[in-house]
Amino acid sequence: MSDKSNWKIWEVFVRSKNGLSHKHAGSLHAPDAEMALKNARDVYTRRSEGVSIWVVESEAITASSPDEKEPLFAPSDDKVYRHPTFYEIPDEVGHM
Amino acid sequence: MENANLYDYTLRLGDTALILGQRLSEWCGHGPVLEQDIALTNIALDQIGQARQFLQYAAELKGDGADEDTLAYHRDAHEFRNLLLVEQPNGHWGDTLARQFIFDTYNYFLFERLMKSKDERIASIAIKAMKEIAYHAQWSAEWIIRLGDGTQESHDKIQQSIDDVWMWSGEMLEADKLDVAMMEAGIAPDLNEIKELWLTKVSEILKIATLEMPEGTGHQRGGKKGVHSEHLGYILAEMQYLPKSYPDATW
Repeated sequence: MSDKSNWKIWEVFVRSKNGLSHKHAGSLHAPDAEMALKNARDVYTRRSEGVSIWVVESEAITASSPDEKEPLFAPSDDKVYRHPTFYEIPDEVGHM
Repeated sequence: MENANLYDYTLRLGDTALILGQRLSEWCGHGPVLEQDIALTNIALDQIGQARQFLQYAAELKGDGADEDTLAYHRDAHEFRNLLLVEQPNGHWGDTLARQFIFDTYNYFLFERLMKSKDERIASIAIKAMKEIAYHAQWSAEWIIRLGDGTQESHDKIQQSIDDVWMWSGEMLEADKLDVAMMEAGIAPDLNEIKELWLTKVSEILKIATLEMPEGTGHQRGGKKGVHSEHLGYILAEMQYLPKSYPDATW
């Protein structure tokens, strides 16, 4: 306990209501997955923010590097035809 | 007072919740890590919320213009009816956890039965509180398991904490005249039954945690009758300072 460096960092994802997807809420320290869930409940859902929590060890996440930003994301900038903005959507369809 | 017994019993429930909440709130800003600081202060707030419900009810039973604040802030130590267990000092993290585990396990079985109390008000407070208490009991048991089955150091320390707190566990499980009267009125549960459930659960968790059940049977009692350890005076001095020094203070 005194050696807090043993505690892993966990990323917390909270689903705010049924039907919505889990969203990243933040991160926290915990010694294991069960405790990470409990800590997440206390830190991120104390104002009724959630109906479901996922936790995952931060080190299990592979992230894209800021250096790769150009090759990864720039090519889609000039491909407007990928957005379905050329269609007329009937009003009855409502929000999509 | 017409309902003197019910008033005293409600005070026991309210004072125990209040003093434990006040004790736990001392951890605010001092938890070993941010996450546990928040966990413990959440529990402190739950306890104080429960205390308010019971003290509001007690004040109504007392009449005479009493309210939750006069009961919390303008009584002296000998008028408090909380268990001795909850006024014991926080000690280190393991000591606080041991006290919490002992208490939460008892509180869980107690409130499970209070939900069916013949006194509708107590039953409704218990139903509301049960969701919180079920979480507290889970949380503190998880911690006992992790510390007991953790490192050699954490194992030895939490074993010592359990041994130390054991002598304060008897009072809550032992029925006195008031407990028996309340049980016969269908308001409170049979403490012998709670004791059996408590022993089974505590020994089960301690076993998973690779800890030994203490053997000591010499228990301290008195809190339920208003006979307290010296610690309560210090708790009240801090808790009651403001309303006693400035009786008309408002926000």
